[in-house]
Amino acid sequence: MFDFLDSGQYDLLGAFWVTAKLALYSAIGSLIWGTALVGMRVSPVPMMRAFGTAYVNLVRNTPLTVVLVACSFVLNQTLRITLGGGRSEEIGFRLAVLGLVLYTGTFVCEALRSGINTVPPGQAEAARALGLSFTQVLTLVVFPQAFRAVVTPLANVLIALTKNTTVASAISAAEAALLMKEMVENEADALFAVFAVFAFGFILLTLPTGLFLGWAAKRLAVKR
Amino acid sequence: MSSVLYDTPGPRAKRRNVIYTVVFLAVLGLVAWWVLSAMAEKNQLAADKWTPFVTDSRVWTTYLLPGLMETLKAAALSILIALPLGALLGIGRLSDHRWVRVPAGTVVEFFRAIPVLLLMMFAAALYREFTTISSDFRPLYAVVTGLVLYNASVIAEVVRAGVLSLPRGQGDAAEALGMRKSQTMLYVLLPQAVTVMLPALVSQLVVIVKDTALGGAMLGFAELLSQNRQITANYGANTIATFTVIALIYIVINALLTHLAGRLERRMRRGKKSTSVTIPAQGAVTDVETMTVRGS
Repeated sequence: MFDFLDSGQYDLLGAFWVTAKLALYSAIGSLIWGTALVGMRVSPVPMMRAFGTAYVNLVRNTPLTVVLVACSFVLNQTLRITLGGGRSEEIGFRLAVLGLVLYTGTFVCEALRSGINTVPPGQAEAARALGLSFTQVLTLVVFPQAFRAVVTPLANVLIALTKNTTVASAISAAEAALLMKEMVENEADALFAVFAVFAFGFILLTLPTGLFLGWAAKRLAVKR
Repeated sequence: MSSVLYDTPGPRAKRRNVIYTVVFLAVLGLVAWWVLSAMAEKNQLAADKWTPFVTDSRVWTTYLLPGLMETLKAAALSILIALPLGALLGIGRLSDHRWVRVPAGTVVEFFRAIPVLLLMMFAAALYREFTTISSDFRPLYAVVTGLVLYNASVIAEVVRAGVLSLPRGQGDAAEALGMRKSQTMLYVLLPQAVTVMLPALVSQLVVIVKDTALGGAMLGFAELLSQNRQITANYGANTIATFTVIALIYIVINALLTHLAGRLERRMRRGKKSTSVTIPAQGAVTDVETMTVRGS
Protein backbone atom coordinates (compact mmCIF):
# COMPACT_ATOMS: atom_id res chain seq x y z
CA MET A 1 0.00 0.00 0.00
CA PHE A 2 2.86 2.35 0.78
CA ASP A 3 5.00 1.18 -2.15
CA PHE A 4 4.85 4.63 -3.76
CA LEU A 5 7.35 5.64 -1.09
CA ASP A 6 9.97 3.26 -2.47
CA SER A 7 9.58 4.21 -6.12
CA GLY A 8 12.04 7.08 -5.74
CA GLN A 9 9.70 9.21 -7.83
CA TYR A 10 8.78 11.52 -4.97
CA ASP A 11 11.16 13.44 -2.73
CA LEU A 12 9.03 13.27 0.41
CA LEU A 13 11.76 14.18 2.88
CA GLY A 14 12.92 17.02 0.65
CA ALA A 15 9.39 18.46 0.53
CA PHE A 16 8.99 18.32 4.30
CA TRP A 17 12.47 19.82 4.67
CA VAL A 18 11.28 22.81 2.60
CA THR A 19 8.17 23.03 4.81
CA ALA A 20 10.33 23.03 7.93
CA LYS A 21 12.65 25.69 6.47
CA LEU A 22 9.67 27.84 5.44
CA ALA A 23 8.27 27.58 8.97
CA LEU A 24 11.61 28.34 10.63
CA TYR A 25 12.55 31.37 8.50
CA SER A 26 9.02 32.77 8.69
CA ALA A 27 8.93 32.22 12.45
CA ILE A 28 12.14 34.17 12.99
CA GLY A 29 11.03 36.92 10.61
CA SER A 30 7.54 37.27 12.06
CA LEU A 31 8.90 37.34 15.61
CA ILE A 32 11.07 40.33 14.67
CA TRP A 33 8.36 42.07 12.63
CA GLY A 34 5.71 41.36 15.28
CA THR A 35 7.92 42.84 18.01
CA ALA A 36 8.53 45.93 15.91
CA LEU A 37 4.78 46.24 15.29
CA VAL A 38 3.88 45.96 18.98
CA GLY A 39 6.58 48.52 19.75
CA MET A 40 4.82 50.89 17.35
CA ARG A 41 1.37 50.08 18.74
CA VAL A 42 2.28 51.07 22.31
CA SER A 43 4.72 53.88 21.45
CA PRO A 44 4.24 57.50 22.54
CA VAL A 45 4.30 58.67 18.91
CA PRO A 46 0.67 58.87 17.67
CA MET A 47 1.69 58.42 14.02
CA MET A 48 3.40 55.09 14.76
CA ARG A 49 0.44 53.93 16.87
CA ALA A 50 -1.92 54.71 14.01
CA PHE A 51 0.28 52.89 11.50
CA GLY A 52 0.62 49.81 13.75
CA THR A 53 -3.12 49.62 14.39
CA ALA A 54 -4.04 50.12 10.74
CA TYR A 55 -1.48 47.57 9.53
CA VAL A 56 -2.58 44.88 12.01
CA ASN A 57 -6.28 45.37 11.32
CA LEU A 58 -5.85 45.36 7.54
CA VAL A 59 -3.48 42.41 7.23
CA ARG A 60 -5.14 40.26 9.89
CA ASN A 61 -8.45 40.47 8.03
CA THR A 62 -6.93 39.53 4.66
CA PRO A 63 -6.79 35.81 3.87
CA LEU A 64 -3.23 34.46 3.88
CA THR A 65 -3.93 33.00 0.45
CA VAL A 66 -4.60 36.49 -0.89
CA VAL A 67 -1.39 37.80 0.70
CA LEU A 68 0.73 35.04 -0.82
CA VAL A 69 -0.91 35.01 -4.24
CA ALA A 70 -0.57 38.80 -4.32
CA CYS A 71 3.13 38.44 -3.45
CA SER A 72 3.50 36.23 -6.49
CA PHE A 73 1.24 38.05 -8.96
CA VAL A 74 1.89 41.63 -7.88
CA LEU A 75 5.49 41.64 -6.62
CA ASN A 76 6.94 39.01 -8.89
CA GLN A 77 4.94 38.86 -12.09
CA THR A 78 3.97 42.53 -12.31
CA LEU A 79 6.74 44.46 -10.57
CA ARG A 80 9.42 41.86 -11.44
CA ILE A 81 10.76 41.58 -7.90
CA THR A 82 12.66 38.32 -7.45
CA LEU A 83 14.26 38.86 -4.00
CA GLY A 84 17.50 37.57 -5.49
CA GLY A 85 16.06 34.17 -6.33
CA GLY A 86 16.89 32.51 -9.65
CA ARG A 87 14.68 29.48 -10.33
CA SER A 88 10.91 29.87 -10.07
CA GLU A 89 10.55 27.65 -6.98
CA GLU A 90 13.36 29.56 -5.28
CA ILE A 91 11.54 32.83 -5.97
CA GLY A 92 8.33 31.19 -4.77
CA PHE A 93 10.04 30.14 -1.55
CA ARG A 94 11.41 33.61 -0.80
CA LEU A 95 8.12 35.33 -1.63
CA ALA A 96 6.33 32.80 0.58
CA VAL A 97 8.62 33.64 3.50
CA LEU A 98 7.97 37.35 2.90
CA GLY A 99 4.19 36.85 2.76
CA LEU A 100 4.14 34.59 5.82
CA VAL A 101 6.21 37.12 7.80
CA LEU A 102 3.93 40.03 6.81
CA TYR A 103 0.85 38.00 7.78
CA THR A 104 2.06 36.16 10.89
CA GLY A 105 3.70 39.30 12.30
CA THR A 106 0.23 40.67 13.06
CA PHE A 107 -0.63 37.64 15.18
CA VAL A 108 2.71 37.83 17.00
CA CYS A 109 1.98 41.53 17.61
CA GLU A 110 -1.45 40.80 19.10
CA ALA A 111 -0.06 37.99 21.30
CA LEU A 112 2.70 40.25 22.61
CA ARG A 113 0.26 43.09 23.22
CA SER A 114 -1.85 40.81 25.40
CA GLY A 115 1.40 39.83 27.15
CA ILE A 116 2.22 43.45 27.89
CA ASN A 117 -1.14 43.71 29.62
CA THR A 118 -0.24 40.86 31.98
CA VAL A 119 2.72 42.83 33.33
CA PRO A 120 1.51 44.62 36.47
CA PRO A 121 1.34 48.41 35.93
CA GLY A 122 3.53 48.84 39.02
CA GLN A 123 6.47 47.42 37.07
CA ALA A 124 6.28 50.08 34.38
CA GLU A 125 5.51 52.79 36.93
CA ALA A 126 8.53 51.82 39.01
CA ALA A 127 10.69 51.85 35.90
CA ARG A 128 9.41 55.31 34.99
CA ALA A 129 9.97 56.52 38.54
CA LEU A 130 13.62 55.46 38.14
CA GLY A 131 13.79 57.79 35.15
CA LEU A 132 13.96 55.17 32.40
CA SER A 133 12.95 56.30 28.93
CA PHE A 134 10.14 54.63 26.96
CA THR A 135 12.57 52.41 25.06
CA GLN A 136 14.27 51.39 28.29
CA VAL A 137 10.96 50.72 30.04
CA LEU A 138 9.92 48.54 27.13
CA THR A 139 13.14 46.62 26.46
CA LEU A 140 14.51 46.28 30.00
CA VAL A 141 11.38 45.88 32.12
CA VAL A 142 8.19 45.14 30.19
CA PHE A 143 9.22 42.95 27.23
CA PRO A 144 11.29 40.43 29.24
CA GLN A 145 8.26 39.76 31.44
CA ALA A 146 5.75 39.95 28.60
CA PHE A 147 7.67 37.42 26.46
CA ARG A 148 7.68 34.91 29.30
CA ALA A 149 3.93 35.30 29.70
CA VAL A 150 3.12 34.72 26.04
CA VAL A 151 5.08 31.54 25.31
CA THR A 152 1.82 29.58 25.01
CA PRO A 153 0.06 32.03 22.64
CA LEU A 154 3.27 32.32 20.61
CA ALA A 155 3.49 28.52 20.45
CA ASN A 156 -0.04 28.47 19.05
CA VAL A 157 0.98 31.09 16.48
CA LEU A 158 4.01 28.97 15.54
CA ILE A 159 1.89 25.83 15.11
CA ALA A 160 -0.62 27.76 13.00
CA LEU A 161 2.32 29.10 10.98
CA THR A 162 3.65 25.59 10.36
CA LYS A 163 0.24 24.56 9.05
CA ASN A 164 -0.04 27.78 7.05
CA THR A 165 3.16 27.02 5.13
CA THR A 166 1.00 24.70 3.00
CA VAL A 167 -0.57 27.80 1.45
CA ALA A 168 2.83 28.49 -0.15
CA SER A 169 2.01 25.69 -2.58
CA ALA A 170 -0.33 28.20 -4.25
CA ILE A 171 2.75 30.09 -5.44
CA SER A 172 4.70 26.95 -6.35
CA ALA A 173 7.10 26.76 -3.45
CA ALA A 174 8.17 23.10 -3.54
CA GLU A 175 6.84 22.15 -0.10
CA ALA A 176 4.78 19.27 1.24
CA ALA A 177 1.30 20.35 0.10
CA LEU A 178 2.48 20.83 -3.50
CA LEU A 179 3.92 17.31 -3.51
CA MET A 180 0.69 15.98 -2.04
CA LYS A 181 -1.31 17.68 -4.80
CA GLU A 182 0.86 15.92 -7.36
CA MET A 183 0.61 12.59 -5.55
CA VAL A 184 -3.17 12.53 -5.08
CA GLU A 185 -3.41 12.94 -8.84
CA ASN A 186 -0.84 10.26 -9.75
CA GLU A 187 -1.46 7.73 -7.00
CA ALA A 188 -5.25 7.66 -7.09
CA ASP A 189 -5.34 4.02 -5.99
CA ALA A 190 -3.41 4.78 -2.79
CA LEU A 191 -5.25 7.96 -1.77
CA PHE A 192 -5.65 7.04 1.88
CA ALA A 193 -2.01 6.04 2.21
CA VAL A 194 -0.87 9.32 0.64
CA PHE A 195 -3.08 11.34 2.97
CA ALA A 196 -1.92 9.31 5.99
CA VAL A 197 1.74 9.95 5.14
CA PHE A 198 1.27 13.72 4.84
CA ALA A 199 -0.99 13.94 7.88
CA PHE A 200 1.61 12.01 9.86
CA GLY A 201 4.34 14.35 8.61
CA PHE A 202 2.50 17.43 9.84
CA ILE A 203 1.63 15.85 13.17
CA LEU A 204 5.33 15.03 13.51
CA LEU A 205 6.18 18.68 12.85
CA THR A 206 3.58 20.29 15.11
CA LEU A 207 3.26 17.87 18.03
CA PRO A 208 6.84 18.11 19.40
CA THR A 209 6.75 21.91 18.97
CA GLY A 210 3.56 22.08 21.01
CA LEU A 211 4.83 19.74 23.72
CA PHE A 212 8.23 21.44 24.01
CA LEU A 213 6.82 24.94 24.10
CA GLY A 214 4.12 23.87 26.57
CA TRP A 215 6.90 22.63 28.85
CA ALA A 216 8.88 25.82 28.25
CA ALA A 217 5.83 27.97 29.02
CA LYS A 218 5.47 26.32 32.43
CA ARG A 219 9.16 26.77 33.23
CA LEU A 220 9.37 30.35 32.03
CA ALA A 221 6.11 31.67 33.47
CA VAL A 222 6.63 34.54 35.89
CA LYS A 223 5.54 33.37 39.33
CA ARG A 224 3.36 36.08 40.79
CA MET B 1 -3.29 60.69 25.97
CA SER B 2 -0.90 58.84 28.22
CA SER B 3 -0.17 55.23 29.13
CA VAL B 4 1.55 53.28 31.88
CA LEU B 5 4.56 52.83 29.65
CA TYR B 6 5.50 56.50 29.29
CA ASP B 7 4.96 59.82 31.04
CA THR B 8 2.68 62.52 29.75
CA PRO B 9 5.02 64.23 27.28
CA GLY B 10 6.56 67.47 28.48
CA PRO B 11 7.91 70.17 26.15
CA ARG B 12 11.10 68.22 25.32
CA ALA B 13 9.32 64.92 24.79
CA LYS B 14 6.76 66.70 22.61
CA ARG B 15 9.55 68.11 20.44
CA ARG B 16 11.15 64.66 20.24
CA ASN B 17 7.83 63.08 19.28
CA VAL B 18 7.46 65.60 16.45
CA ILE B 19 10.91 64.61 15.18
CA TYR B 20 10.05 60.90 15.40
CA THR B 21 6.80 61.54 13.57
CA VAL B 22 8.59 63.41 10.79
CA VAL B 23 11.26 60.69 10.44
CA PHE B 24 8.62 57.95 10.48
CA LEU B 25 6.53 59.75 7.88
CA ALA B 26 9.63 60.25 5.75
CA VAL B 27 10.37 56.52 5.84
CA LEU B 28 6.75 55.71 5.00
CA GLY B 29 6.84 58.29 2.23
CA LEU B 30 10.03 56.77 0.81
CA VAL B 31 8.47 53.32 0.75
CA ALA B 32 5.30 54.72 -0.84
CA TRP B 33 7.34 56.63 -3.41
CA TRP B 34 9.34 53.51 -4.25
CA VAL B 35 6.17 51.42 -4.61
CA LEU B 36 4.40 54.06 -6.69
CA SER B 37 7.39 54.58 -9.00
CA ALA B 38 7.72 50.81 -9.46
CA MET B 39 4.01 50.70 -10.27
CA ALA B 40 4.27 53.64 -12.65
CA GLU B 41 7.18 51.98 -14.41
CA LYS B 42 5.06 48.90 -15.10
CA ASN B 43 2.17 51.15 -16.10
CA GLN B 44 -0.02 49.98 -13.19
CA LEU B 45 -1.04 53.49 -12.17
CA ALA B 46 -2.78 54.27 -15.45
CA ALA B 47 -6.36 55.37 -14.87
CA ASP B 48 -7.85 52.76 -17.18
CA LYS B 49 -6.51 50.02 -14.90
CA TRP B 50 -8.46 51.35 -11.92
CA THR B 51 -11.58 53.01 -13.36
CA PRO B 52 -13.39 49.77 -14.39
CA PHE B 53 -14.07 49.10 -10.70
CA VAL B 54 -15.92 52.41 -10.46
CA THR B 55 -17.41 53.01 -13.89
CA ASP B 56 -17.98 49.52 -15.30
CA SER B 57 -20.64 47.72 -13.28
CA ARG B 58 -20.00 44.51 -15.24
CA VAL B 59 -16.78 43.91 -13.26
CA TRP B 60 -18.96 43.63 -10.22
CA THR B 61 -21.94 41.78 -11.66
CA THR B 62 -20.01 39.22 -13.72
CA TYR B 63 -16.94 38.61 -11.56
CA LEU B 64 -16.69 40.09 -8.10
CA LEU B 65 -20.23 39.63 -6.77
CA PRO B 66 -20.71 36.05 -8.05
CA GLY B 67 -17.30 35.22 -6.59
CA LEU B 68 -18.28 36.80 -3.30
CA MET B 69 -21.51 34.79 -3.30
CA GLU B 70 -19.53 31.57 -3.71
CA THR B 71 -17.23 32.59 -0.84
CA LEU B 72 -20.16 33.37 1.44
CA LYS B 73 -22.01 30.22 0.37
CA ALA B 74 -19.04 28.01 1.23
CA ALA B 75 -18.52 29.83 4.54
CA ALA B 76 -22.21 29.62 5.51
CA LEU B 77 -22.49 25.93 4.62
CA SER B 78 -19.31 25.18 6.54
CA ILE B 79 -20.38 26.90 9.75
CA LEU B 80 -23.89 25.41 9.56
CA ILE B 81 -22.55 21.87 9.28
CA ALA B 82 -19.58 22.39 11.59
CA LEU B 83 -21.63 23.81 14.47
CA PRO B 84 -23.73 20.72 15.32
CA LEU B 85 -20.82 18.41 14.54
CA GLY B 86 -18.50 20.44 16.74
CA ALA B 87 -21.06 20.55 19.55
CA LEU B 88 -21.40 16.75 19.38
CA LEU B 89 -17.63 16.26 19.44
CA GLY B 90 -17.20 18.75 22.27
CA ILE B 91 -19.90 17.11 24.39
CA GLY B 92 -18.43 13.73 23.46
CA ARG B 93 -15.10 14.78 24.91
CA LEU B 94 -16.84 15.61 28.19
CA SER B 95 -18.61 12.26 28.36
CA ASP B 96 -18.30 10.02 31.40
CA HIS B 97 -17.76 7.01 29.16
CA ARG B 98 -14.23 6.28 28.05
CA TRP B 99 -15.36 4.75 24.77
CA VAL B 100 -17.02 8.03 23.78
CA ARG B 101 -14.46 10.42 25.27
CA VAL B 102 -11.34 8.89 23.77
CA PRO B 103 -12.51 8.59 20.13
CA ALA B 104 -13.99 12.11 20.23
CA GLY B 105 -10.73 13.44 21.64
CA THR B 106 -8.68 11.63 19.01
CA VAL B 107 -10.81 12.96 16.16
CA VAL B 108 -10.60 16.52 17.49
CA GLU B 109 -6.83 16.45 18.04
CA PHE B 110 -6.19 14.81 14.66
CA PHE B 111 -8.14 17.27 12.54
CA ARG B 112 -6.78 20.23 14.48
CA ALA B 113 -3.18 19.17 13.82
CA ILE B 114 -3.59 18.89 10.04
CA PRO B 115 -3.48 21.86 7.66
CA VAL B 116 -6.93 22.56 6.27
CA LEU B 117 -5.50 22.64 2.74
CA LEU B 118 -4.47 18.99 3.04
CA LEU B 119 -8.00 18.09 4.12
CA MET B 120 -9.45 19.99 1.15
CA MET B 121 -7.13 18.33 -1.37
CA PHE B 122 -7.81 14.91 0.10
CA ALA B 123 -11.57 15.51 0.00
CA ALA B 124 -11.35 16.70 -3.61
CA ALA B 125 -9.47 13.54 -4.60
CA LEU B 126 -11.95 11.35 -2.71
CA TYR B 127 -14.91 12.95 -4.46
CA ARG B 128 -13.17 12.56 -7.80
CA GLU B 129 -12.44 8.87 -7.30
CA PHE B 130 -15.39 7.56 -5.37
CA THR B 131 -18.43 9.74 -6.12
CA THR B 132 -20.32 10.90 -9.15
CA ILE B 133 -20.49 14.56 -8.08
CA SER B 134 -20.03 16.59 -11.24
CA SER B 135 -16.76 18.43 -11.58
CA ASP B 136 -18.60 21.78 -11.41
CA PHE B 137 -19.59 21.20 -7.80
CA ARG B 138 -16.61 19.14 -6.66
CA PRO B 139 -14.50 22.15 -5.56
CA LEU B 140 -17.37 23.50 -3.42
CA TYR B 141 -17.90 20.08 -1.82
CA ALA B 142 -14.18 19.68 -1.18
CA VAL B 143 -13.79 23.16 0.32
CA VAL B 144 -16.81 22.71 2.58
CA THR B 145 -15.66 19.23 3.65
CA GLY B 146 -12.20 20.45 4.57
CA LEU B 147 -13.54 23.47 6.42
CA VAL B 148 -16.16 21.41 8.28
CA LEU B 149 -13.66 18.79 9.48
CA TYR B 150 -11.20 21.41 10.69
CA ASN B 151 -13.65 23.87 12.18
CA ALA B 152 -15.82 21.23 13.83
CA SER B 153 -12.81 20.19 15.88
CA VAL B 154 -12.00 23.81 16.72
CA ILE B 155 -15.63 24.42 17.71
CA ALA B 156 -15.54 21.22 19.78
CA GLU B 157 -12.76 22.75 21.86
CA VAL B 158 -14.70 26.01 22.18
CA VAL B 159 -17.80 24.13 23.34
CA ARG B 160 -15.76 22.11 25.83
CA ALA B 161 -14.11 25.22 27.23
CA GLY B 162 -17.50 26.95 27.39
CA VAL B 163 -19.13 24.12 29.35
CA LEU B 164 -16.13 23.74 31.66
CA SER B 165 -16.14 27.48 32.37
CA LEU B 166 -19.58 27.28 33.97
CA PRO B 167 -19.70 27.13 37.78
CA ARG B 168 -19.81 23.59 39.15
CA GLY B 169 -23.01 24.42 41.01
CA GLN B 170 -24.97 24.51 37.74
CA GLY B 171 -24.38 20.86 36.99
CA ASP B 172 -24.72 19.84 40.65
CA ALA B 173 -28.04 21.67 41.00
CA ALA B 174 -29.41 20.01 37.87
CA GLU B 175 -28.33 16.64 39.23
CA ALA B 176 -29.95 17.38 42.58
CA LEU B 177 -33.20 18.12 40.75
CA GLY B 178 -33.02 14.57 39.39
CA MET B 179 -32.19 15.49 35.79
CA ARG B 180 -30.53 12.92 33.56
CA LYS B 181 -27.05 13.67 32.27
CA SER B 182 -28.44 14.41 28.81
CA GLN B 183 -31.05 16.74 30.31
CA THR B 184 -28.42 18.53 32.39
CA MET B 185 -26.33 19.09 29.28
CA LEU B 186 -29.22 20.05 27.00
CA TYR B 187 -31.29 22.26 29.30
CA VAL B 188 -28.78 23.64 31.80
CA LEU B 189 -25.16 23.62 30.65
CA LEU B 190 -25.34 24.04 26.88
CA PRO B 191 -27.68 27.08 26.79
CA GLN B 192 -25.39 28.93 29.19
CA ALA B 193 -22.26 27.80 27.40
CA VAL B 194 -23.61 29.00 24.05
CA THR B 195 -23.86 32.59 25.22
CA VAL B 196 -20.33 32.37 26.60
CA MET B 197 -19.06 30.91 23.31
CA LEU B 198 -20.78 33.29 20.95
CA PRO B 199 -17.88 35.76 20.46
CA ALA B 200 -15.43 32.91 19.86
CA LEU B 201 -17.79 31.37 17.32
CA VAL B 202 -18.16 34.62 15.39
CA SER B 203 -14.36 35.00 15.35
CA GLN B 204 -14.14 31.48 13.95
CA LEU B 205 -16.38 32.64 11.12
CA VAL B 206 -13.62 35.07 10.13
CA VAL B 207 -11.18 32.15 9.92
CA ILE B 208 -13.66 30.24 7.75
CA VAL B 209 -14.19 33.14 5.35
CA LYS B 210 -10.43 33.54 5.00
CA ASP B 211 -9.86 29.83 4.42
CA THR B 212 -12.34 29.64 1.55
CA ALA B 213 -9.73 31.48 -0.51
CA LEU B 214 -7.59 28.33 -0.38
CA GLY B 215 -10.14 26.57 -2.56
CA GLY B 216 -9.85 29.33 -5.13
CA ALA B 217 -6.07 29.14 -5.30
CA MET B 218 -5.60 25.37 -5.21
CA LEU B 219 -8.80 23.57 -6.19
CA GLY B 220 -10.32 25.76 -8.87
CA PHE B 221 -13.22 26.86 -6.68
CA ALA B 222 -14.75 29.93 -8.34
CA GLU B 223 -14.73 32.13 -5.23
CA LEU B 224 -13.73 35.76 -4.81
CA LEU B 225 -9.94 35.42 -5.02
CA SER B 226 -10.02 33.22 -8.13
CA GLN B 227 -11.87 35.98 -10.01
CA ASN B 228 -8.59 37.90 -10.29
CA ARG B 229 -7.58 35.81 -13.30
CA GLN B 230 -10.69 36.67 -15.33
CA ILE B 231 -10.59 40.32 -14.35
CA THR B 232 -6.92 40.80 -15.18
CA ALA B 233 -7.44 38.94 -18.45
CA ASN B 234 -10.40 41.09 -19.51
CA TYR B 235 -9.38 44.51 -18.22
CA GLY B 236 -5.80 44.82 -19.43
CA ALA B 237 -3.57 43.19 -16.81
CA ASN B 238 -4.67 45.46 -13.96
CA THR B 239 -3.20 43.05 -11.41
CA ILE B 240 -2.54 45.54 -8.63
CA ALA B 241 -5.92 47.24 -8.89
CA THR B 242 -7.70 43.88 -8.89
CA PHE B 243 -5.85 42.56 -5.87
CA THR B 244 -6.45 45.81 -3.99
CA VAL B 245 -10.19 45.60 -4.58
CA ILE B 246 -10.40 41.88 -3.72
CA ALA B 247 -8.38 42.33 -0.52
CA LEU B 248 -10.56 45.29 0.48
CA ILE B 249 -13.73 43.22 0.08
CA TYR B 250 -12.32 40.53 2.36
CA ILE B 251 -11.16 43.15 4.85
CA VAL B 252 -14.58 44.81 5.02
CA ILE B 253 -16.41 41.52 5.57
CA ASN B 254 -13.97 40.27 8.19
CA ALA B 255 -13.77 43.63 9.96
CA LEU B 256 -17.57 43.62 10.24
CA LEU B 257 -17.51 40.11 11.71
CA THR B 258 -14.70 41.03 14.14
CA HIS B 259 -16.65 44.12 15.17
CA LEU B 260 -19.74 41.99 15.79
CA ALA B 261 -17.71 39.55 17.91
CA GLY B 262 -16.30 42.43 19.95
CA ARG B 263 -19.76 43.88 20.52
CA LEU B 264 -21.16 40.53 21.62
CA GLU B 265 -18.26 40.11 24.02
CA ARG B 266 -18.68 43.57 25.54
CA ARG B 267 -22.40 43.05 25.93
CA MET B 268 -21.76 39.75 27.64
CA ARG B 269 -19.21 41.27 29.98
CA ARG B 270 -21.71 43.98 30.96
CA GLY B 271 -24.41 41.38 31.59
CA LYS B 272 -21.98 39.32 33.66
CA LYS B 273 -22.07 41.79 36.54
CA SER B 274 -25.22 40.19 37.94
CA THR B 275 -23.92 36.61 37.98
CA SER B 276 -20.78 35.13 39.43
CA VAL B 277 -19.50 33.73 36.15
CA THR B 278 -16.42 35.27 34.61
CA ILE B 279 -15.07 33.66 31.48
CA PRO B 280 -11.90 34.71 29.75
CA ALA B 281 -12.59 35.24 26.07
CA GLN B 282 -11.38 32.33 23.94
CA GLY B 283 -8.06 33.34 22.46
CA ALA B 284 -9.19 36.93 22.32
CA VAL B 285 -6.70 39.61 23.09
CA THR B 286 -7.40 41.78 26.10
CA ASP B 287 -7.78 45.33 24.96
CA VAL B 288 -4.90 47.70 25.54
CA GLU B 289 -7.36 50.48 26.35
CA THR B 290 -7.71 49.23 29.94
CA MET B 291 -4.03 49.94 30.36
CA THR B 292 -4.26 53.38 28.86
CA VAL B 293 -7.14 54.25 31.15
CA ARG B 294 -5.26 52.99 34.17
CA GLY B 295 -2.34 55.26 33.35
CA SER B 296 -4.22 58.46 32.73
